[in-house]
Order: sequence, then structure tokens, then C-alpha cells
Amino acid sequence: MPPFGFLHMRAWASLFGQLLRSPRAVCIREVHFHSQGTRDLSPQQMVVREKILDMVVGCFKRHGAKRLDTPAFELKEMLTEKYGEDSGLIYDLKDQGGELLSLRYDLTVPFARYLAMNKVKKMKRYHVGKVWRRESPTIVQGRYREFCQCDFDIAGQFDPMIPDAECLKIMCEILSGLQLGDFIIKVNDRRILDGMFAVCGVPESKFHAICSSIDKLDKISWKDVRHEMVAKKGLAPEVADRIGDYVQCHGGISLIEQMFQDPRLSQNKQALDGLGDLKLLFEYLTLFGIAEKISFDLSLARGLDYYTGVIYEAVLLQTPAQTQESFNVGSVAAGGRYDKLVGMFDPKGHKVPCVGLSIGVERIFSIVEQRMKTFGQKIRTTETQVFVATPQKNFLHERLKLIAELWDAGIKAELLYKNNPKLLTQLHYCEDMGIPLVVIIGEQEMKEGIIKLRSVASREEVAIKRENLVAEIQKRLSES
Amino acid sequence: MAERATLEELVRLQGERVRGLKQQKASAEQIEEEVAKLLKLKAQLGPDEGKQKFVLKTPKGTRDYSPRQMAIREKVFDVIISCFKRHGAEVIDTPVFELKETLTGKYGEDSKLIYDLKDQGGELLSLRYDLTVPFARYLAMNKLTNIKRYHIAKVYRRDNPAMTRGRYREFYQCDFDIAGQFDPMIPDAECLKIMCEILSSLQIGDFLVKVNDRRILDGMFAICGVPDSKFRTICSSVDKLDKVSWEEVKNEMVGEKGLTPEVADHIGDYVQQHGGVSLVEQLLQDPKLSQNKQALEGLEDLKLLFEYLTLFGIADKISFDLSLARGLDYYTGVIYEAVLLQTPVRPGEEPLGVGSVAAGGRYDGLVGMFDPKGRKVPCVGLSIGVERIFSIVEQRLEALEEKVRTTETQVLVASAQKRLLEERLKLVSELWDAGIKAELLYKKNPKLLNQLQYCEEAGIPLVAIIGEQELKDGVIKLRSVASREEVDVRREDLVEEIKRRTSPALCIC
Repeated sequence: MPPFGFLHMRAWASLFGQLLRSPRAVCIREVHFHSQGTRDLSPQQMVVREKILDMVVGCFKRHGAKRLDTPAFELKEMLTEKYGEDSGLIYDLKDQGGELLSLRYDLTVPFARYLAMNKVKKMKRYHVGKVWRRESPTIVQGRYREFCQCDFDIAGQFDPMIPDAECLKIMCEILSGLQLGDFIIKVNDRRILDGMFAVCGVPESKFHAICSSIDKLDKISWKDVRHEMVAKKGLAPEVADRIGDYVQCHGGISLIEQMFQDPRLSQNKQALDGLGDLKLLFEYLTLFGIAEKISFDLSLARGLDYYTGVIYEAVLLQTPAQTQESFNVGSVAAGGRYDKLVGMFDPKGHKVPCVGLSIGVERIFSIVEQRMKTFGQKIRTTETQVFVATPQKNFLHERLKLIAELWDAGIKAELLYKNNPKLLTQLHYCEDMGIPLVVIIGEQEMKEGIIKLRSVASREEVAIKRENLVAEIQKRLSES
Repeated sequence: MAERATLEELVRLQGERVRGLKQQKASAEQIEEEVAKLLKLKAQLGPDEGKQKFVLKTPKGTRDYSPRQMAIREKVFDVIISCFKRHGAEVIDTPVFELKETLTGKYGEDSKLIYDLKDQGGELLSLRYDLTVPFARYLAMNKLTNIKRYHIAKVYRRDNPAMTRGRYREFYQCDFDIAGQFDPMIPDAECLKIMCEILSSLQIGDFLVKVNDRRILDGMFAICGVPDSKFRTICSSVDKLDKVSWEEVKNEMVGEKGLTPEVADHIGDYVQQHGGVSLVEQLLQDPKLSQNKQALEGLEDLKLLFEYLTLFGIADKISFDLSLARGLDYYTGVIYEAVLLQTPVRPGEEPLGVGSVAAGGRYDGLVGMFDPKGRKVPCVGLSIGVERIFSIVEQRLEALEEKVRTTETQVLVASAQKRLLEERLKLVSELWDAGIKAELLYKKNPKLLNQLQYCEEAGIPLVAIIGEQELKDGVIKLRSVASREEVDVRREDLVEEIKRRTSPALCIC
């Protein structure tokens, strides 16, 4: 610390400046309010979100799933070694002398922990909740550090591919129901990928690295991917070319048949297992009426380490016009089979096979929000049905009595928090908020025992007897 | 054993190698290759590697919600949300963590209970402690001057958990607040009306809402002779009157907090009083209290409040209670707390309050703490203590032995014979596409008995049974699980028939 007198002139000036400012101003600075990568949701945004979640949850319920909830944070050790390279993106809580904790990174690992902890062997559950990842947020693509996930999973030892098929059926129902436009679900299998790498001559130690290159094929060209594999990941060019022959293939059940016949691939047991399961899957998807939305795509690689079998990813198909807007949100739903995860938690290593899906609601949310902006759709943020108004002064008591009557009858009603509001102000409030009916009390009406009921849209008014008011309102609301 | 030790050492060395490469920012290709080698080594360690050395549990003070608890929770939330909506509230959501500085200085002594996030090189963050401070921050940030909003979300407090008493470190709050400059006491009265509506609808028993005012408390302390510096600490002693006797509270104030016995007695004269609007009138006439401007303001506002509460039809549920003190620092006016009443053991006795289930008050200075120009936005609100309500409802259902369904499935698609999986898949898909909630067992050839048992356990009311003969005849057997009655329905009429049977008006399953 420099001695007192050696402070720079500007530092002195700043010190004096602080002393002269009133104490209050010193406390209040220009804070930036938000932590990076997170946001509040306004009432308008909440309405959109709730519509989307209602549709998603409605579908999960239609398929008989139970709901589960887990804490926002887990013991740090629960999350360790579950996410591979992504582990660096986990939010840790500060060591405040107790247990070491981390915010959950997804809803799948907590689910596996729940199953092992409660020794559950079979469960069909959904979970809607927030997860946290310290990623570099790219707001335009709807990628935040705090975001909502909607997961559906089926845990248990069952006859093959039936639950897997139901997961895909659910994805289709949700994406169709949300009316986001055309979509396609790419399907692949971890065993086919690994088998393919093996028969192409990829060294086992490079599987993971090559996998993540392949994963980029939905964003960049084969040429660029091949370059990365050869130049950056040290793959022999011939091996890369062999991979190329496979990963540029996608199709329906005929492609599976074709791969069964492939001289190289059919030598690999892993790949054969995967192909066999996919064939069965496609049979069930046909019975479910969704086979035309599914594409067996050999370039689908998917991030997370814990997948062991079928993997899938849904992408929206953009019209040429949309592509121009450069609004590519990537995948909107994904999932797969992960048979070994629960075993990592169980003290005896007991396995519980699982298959599931996750709906990327944030991305869907951005799309819907964008769409509403483009079309200038107005959203009501309240559900108020009736407004209690008066043109006269000193009528607050009557308004309070009347509104309590409406509330007690279950009617959604509001009034202005003013002793003597102007009628025009009250009517404007109704128009702004989209409230359909107004109940107007005035002296004249009080003497004759009647209330005016007015439709905000049509401006038609009708006089109703006070004692019939509730019934009349309920009738009007049920008719609309 | 030695072999294992060698392997473990290799794993350790390889792990360090990977870390080293990452630190040196080696090429991605190199890192990935070494990581792959590490994983392979670990795999070689065998099944023991899967055995974790930790205990399988949720963090202290937190819990999972099982499907049954979720079903109950949803029912409770539905009641609460429909009440909030009935009163015209909008809904918002805020992030689970705030900038640490946002929460600093807002919670007084409770600040030490805030969960901080680790400093991982970015901003310093903390988990939200309540929903009120985020609300005030939201208002200031968006320069809003009035809004009526509700917010239901979890909050975090590093308290000493008492899970048996429903006190957790992670728990839900249901908040409703009205922000804005309005004519006095109307929004405040609506908050109390909402609390009463919710507690009545939940049918968790009789309740009472205690009401007081920060200005009356402070005024009372002043005229009783409490030194300014002791206001807050005497406040927290008085706050204990709902749990301990006046004698004990007096002892604490005199023995531990250095109050003179006369001053304590003066306080005692006031704080043991509770009543209706007549008590407000009485205190307005009180020779000492009426000398204090603060107390007078509080009393006048309470008088007006009681007028409105009478018009709302809830005055009989409200008690002006001078011992109500309430924890948080940011209250500036009326404060209230709802307690459930236990029916008295002996007739003629007063019911005993068994813990608060909702609370709130007016806080006019909070938003101004966030606004760069210090602009005030007066606020009043309430918070429903749902965790306590969950346990009460859970207990009630257990006592009544009422079964809680954890799914909403209406129909199980079953097969009577083998090799009918295809038909089941086709039929269940048809039902889903028609919006019917349906399930099937994930077995190629399930036994009919198992399928029926599944329905009984899950509470599924209907079964659609596919049989070989029925297929030929073009019908499906529709069976009611409860009555066991079966009827043949033509395949093309099935959807219609199921919808008819499961429609809410007519549920005749």
C-alpha cells in the first residue's frame, strides 16, 4: 500500500467524489441485473411456454407416464464421470462447509440415481424441470445456461423395441401437435456406429474422436468433415473414405435391408445386433403409422457417452424461405437407449435398461415466439372474465361487495385499485387486457336493484337483476 | 491384487497425462486419443469400477417427489393457481440464481443461509432465497410501475432442515404480489381475500389470519420506552409469543436483551391483545399510542382494511394481533400470517394455532433499493407455505385411506391370446391419435390376468381386449375394471364409446 500522500491526483478526486455523494447514491450503482446466459420470462413469454408445456405434458400423460421431481442440485459425486468431456460445464456450488454439490446437468442422471436409490425396476416417468450448463450461450439459437427440459423415459426389462417405438411415437405426436411444420426423426444405433468404425479400420482409441467429427455432418459438408478426420485426427484417408461410403447413407427400412447384405458390415456382430433391432423398430413404427417420418441415418452420432443402443434426433425441415432467415435451431428433440447408467449407481451394479427422450422446449419456444412476432399475434396474459366498474364516485364499497360475490362464485374478476376511477379508464383497461365482460354499478341501478352487463367487444349493454347476475354471467361465459 | 494396484496406478498416470494435455491446450485430436486410452484402462479395472464409494442419497435437506407426492402437489397447485388467476394475476419466471450482489443486504441475519455458487471464473452467483427480491429486481430492471403477478418456484436456504416438520433446504413458494401506487388498502385487502379463498378451498381445516402493522409495532416500542437500537431484537422476541408464553418472552427481553422490567411490562400490556376492528378503535383511543404518529398511521390503515375485509365477507377470519412481528426486514406496513387452528381439547377454550401456512405484508422500500435512481414502487403480497400444506394433505389422504392415482390412463389395450402384439400396437396408436389416454404392456405375449392386474394397481378404468375370435367378428371387448362387465363394441365405434364412457360429465366406467 503506498503511503497516504502518494495517491495519484485522480484517485484523490475519486475519493472526494465518493465522500461528497449522498450515502444512498453510493449503494446504488449501475448494476447489470442479469447473470450471463439466463433470463426472466415475462407474462407474455410465460403464456407461450405454458401452452407448449401443456401440449408436451398432455402427450406424456396420454402415454401413461407418472411424474417425478428431483432437487436442483445433486451430490457432486453423483454427476462425476457421467458426462465425459462436458463435465467442465457443470455448475458447482461453493464449498460452504457441508456436502459438495452441483446443479443438475440433465434430468437423466438424476432419474438413474432415483431408480437405484429406490430400487425401482420398472418405471415410466416424465420430468419437466430446469437444468444448468456453463456453456457459452448463443441467445439467437435459444441456448441458455439455464433451460427447461421435458424428459420421458421408460425403465425396465421388456420385450425388445416396444418401449423404444413408443418413445418415437411420442416425439412425433408432440412435434405434430405443436404445429412447427414438417420434421424428420433421424435414427441410428450406437452398435451400428461402433461396428461401422471397426469394419472401416478406425483404431478403437479414435472411436470417440471420429464420432464427434461425424456428428458435425448435419452442419458442415462431408468434405470438411473428412478433412478434419484426416488432417486433425490422424485418420488414414482410405479409412475416411470407407466411412464416407456409409455415413452419407440415409433411408427407410430398405436401407436396413441393404446394410444387412453389406459384405463388411454383416461381418460385425455389434452392427448386426443394431441392424436387427432397427428392423424390428421399423416394423413397430409402421404399425404406429409414423414410419414415413423416420429416417435411418448413419451419420447420426449424438453427444452423450451413456447411450448403448438406438439413438434418435428430431429436426425441423425448413422451407427455403426459412433457411434464408438463417434461423437454424438444430434439433428439437432427441434421445436413445442407455442400459448401463442405472448400474453405475447401484451398489451391486444391478442394471436397469432404460430408453427415453428429451424435448428441447427452449428451441421450440424461440421458434413459436419468433412466429408470433412475425404474425403480430396478441396474447392475453390473464384469464379475467369480468371487470367490476362504476361511473360514479363513492361507489368503492359496492364494487368490493360485488366483486367478492363474483370471486366466491368462481368467476374471474378484477377491479381498479382506485376509490373513484373514471369509467373511460376502466373500459380502456378491459380493452388492453382483453377482458370480455364489464359489470357496471351506478346509483340508478342500485335503486332499482339492477346491474348493467356490458360486452367489451360489441359494446352492447343489458340490465340484469342483481340476484340473477352471477347466473347470467356464467351462462354468457359458457356460451362463448 | 498387485495387478489391480498396477492398473490403478496406470489409470492415475493416464488421468494426469490427460489433465496435463488439457492444460497445455494440446490438439483436440491428441486429447481425445489419450482420453480414449484412459477410458479403456478404467474399463479394464472391471466391474468394481462401477461400484461407487458414496452413499446414494439426495443432498441434505432436499428430497425427490415421488409420483404420488407429485399427484398431490399438482392438486394443491391447481387450487392455488386457479385462485391467483381468478384475481387477474399474470405469471412470471426468474432464474434460479441471481447475481450475488442482488441478494446481498436484503435478508438481514438470514444472509448467512444463502447458497453461493462456486467461483468458476465468471460472475459471483447465489441461489435465490425467496421470490420477493427477484420480483423487486425484475420490476426495477424492466422499469415497471405496476403489475399483479404470481410466481411458483423453488427457493433455497441453508437452514437446519427438520424434514419431519416440513422444513427443507429446497422448497416451493407460491407468491402473489401487487406492485404499484394505488388508493390505500384495496390491494392489501385483496391479498387477504386470496389467502382466505385458498385456505378454504384446500379444506385443510379451520384457520385464522393474524394481522398487524410494522408502524404500530415500532410506534408501540417507542412509547413503551424501547431504545431505537433494540427495536429489531425486541421484535424477534415478541415474534416468539405464538410458540412460548409471555413469561418466557419477558425473561428473554429482560434477561438476555437488556430491557428494563417496566418497559417489558408496558410491551406486555399491548402484545397480549388481539381482536377485531373494536381493538383497532380501542387503540386509536389509547392515550399513549395515539401520541405516536407512526402507530396512528398504522391503526388508521388497519381500520380501513377491516372495512374492506368486511365487504369481502372475511372479517371473521381476521384477528388484529399485536404480537405478530414477522421476520423479514423489508416490511414497511401491514403484515399478516395465516395459522391453522387445532380444535380445542376442552370446549370453550380457544383454538391453538399450529404453525403458519401463509404470510405476507406490505414492502414499499424494496424496489427502490434496485432502481438506479431510487424510484419507489410500493408492493404488497403474500406467500403460501405449500410444503406444510403438502404434508397435511398427504396425511389426510392416508388417514382417509384414499387412493391417489399417479397416472391418468383411461384404457389399457390388452390381448387375450398370443401373437396379437401387432393388433395391440395398431389399436393403441389409434386411441392415442384420437386423444385417448392409453397404455399397453411391453410384452409380446402377456397373460390376460397380468394385464388386468396392472389395471387394478394403476387404477385404469377400462380395458380394450383384442381376441382372435373378436378380430374375425370385427369387434373389441370393452371391459370395465371396476364392475368387470364386458361388452362387445364394433371396432369403428370403439373410440366414440370410450370417449362417451370417460367424459367428465358422465364418468360411468
